[in-house]
Amino acid sequence: MPMENATATPAENKLPTDTRAFVIVALSAIAWFALYNVIQPFANWLSYGLLALPKDSHLGQSLAFFFYDVPKIILLLGGMIFLITMLRSFFSAEQTRAWLGGKREGAGNVMAAALGIITPFCSCSAVPLFIGFVESGIPLGVTFSFLISAPVVNEVALVMLFGMFGWKVAGLYLVSGLTIAIVAGVVIGRLKLERYVEDFVWQIKVGKGANLPDQPTWTQRFQVAWDSAKEIVGKVWLYVIVGIAIGAGIHGYVPESALAGILGKQAWWSVPAAVLLGVPLYSNAAGVIPIVHALMEKGAALGTVLAFMMAVVGLSLPEMVILRRVLKPQLIAVFIGVVAFAIIITGYLFNLVF
Amino acid sequence: MTNIKVLGTGCTTCKRLLADVNTLVAKNNWQAQVEYVTDLPTIMSYNIMSTPALVVDEKVLMTGHPGAAKVELALMKAGAA
Repeated sequence: MPMENATATPAENKLPTDTRAFVIVALSAIAWFALYNVIQPFANWLSYGLLALPKDSHLGQSLAFFFYDVPKIILLLGGMIFLITMLRSFFSAEQTRAWLGGKREGAGNVMAAALGIITPFCSCSAVPLFIGFVESGIPLGVTFSFLISAPVVNEVALVMLFGMFGWKVAGLYLVSGLTIAIVAGVVIGRLKLERYVEDFVWQIKVGKGANLPDQPTWTQRFQVAWDSAKEIVGKVWLYVIVGIAIGAGIHGYVPESALAGILGKQAWWSVPAAVLLGVPLYSNAAGVIPIVHALMEKGAALGTVLAFMMAVVGLSLPEMVILRRVLKPQLIAVFIGVVAFAIIITGYLFNLVF
Repeated sequence: MTNIKVLGTGCTTCKRLLADVNTLVAKNNWQAQVEYVTDLPTIMSYNIMSTPALVVDEKVLMTGHPGAAKVELALMKAGAA
């Protein structure tokens, strides 16, 4: 694991250093909450006070929305990614493999889908992880439950949904992502597709021994969490700003329910269209959600929006290209087909319920 | 002569790690030979579950790419010079 201790702490004074790290984190948390609570008044002051825009003007509303949402989402992203990475530092792919070993289909799929969310995973590692799982005897369907839930339940998307739609929609996204991963994994397992895994995979001898990584110290956990929060905010802030700017424009200028006809519940084709549109848009989740939020205010349906979201993060072409090294085209096609189908069903279900 | 291997599956992070390692070796004038390994059976023989991985004289030093500065520090500790 990349747990190189950045501060190069000598082992004997590990405890005092951890205390220091806790103090720093506690102070940062207080600063975070203070900041989070001043952005709303600050945004109002900026647009209605400093710029003296009338409160009922389109421009005033759009700007107040923009000045509030940008710092709010960026603060939320930083804080939540820090917490999520902290949580993830207690898990590892090696540990997950050990837990899943010997689990049957069914219970194994549920566990794999849940672990897919909290195990640190990057699509770079999809191939060694796939081989490592399959070689240690984890069923193909269970392996797929993990490989589907890891990207479908995307932490950036989760935080942005929470920030812009509230905990209910974020929770729905989480639960439906899990369900899709479990069901798609069970279906792929039932189809007995082992012959569509590239033959050499079955011949590979994985090195012996569980080889679990060492447990990091608290200071190291904080360090990793901080680095990851910094990295992700650094990567997506521009998308967030551009997305919110477009969203703010729609918010202020597009008339209410203008989109109900195209993206509303009445149009049956809008869910599959949203999925088709979402696949090539991979990795721009941060910029897509603010736009989607604004579209929803104008009459787009929740199910359509969630389906779009999940297609954007879950079915990524770069990951398919990487997985092609271990899976034959037939299995890739089944994988995409089953997941897309599950996402479309979820979309319809939400449009039906809400 | 130290032997440094970058194990990668062709993703962008893997290529970035390889480029950074090459730069570090050139910058510090290390007597090291850098190899890029993409053969999956070979990669898996190192008993790893994530890529990229950095291997120095057949020992896995780290997986992932924590940034050039940390890679440099780890390589120095491993005696790349």
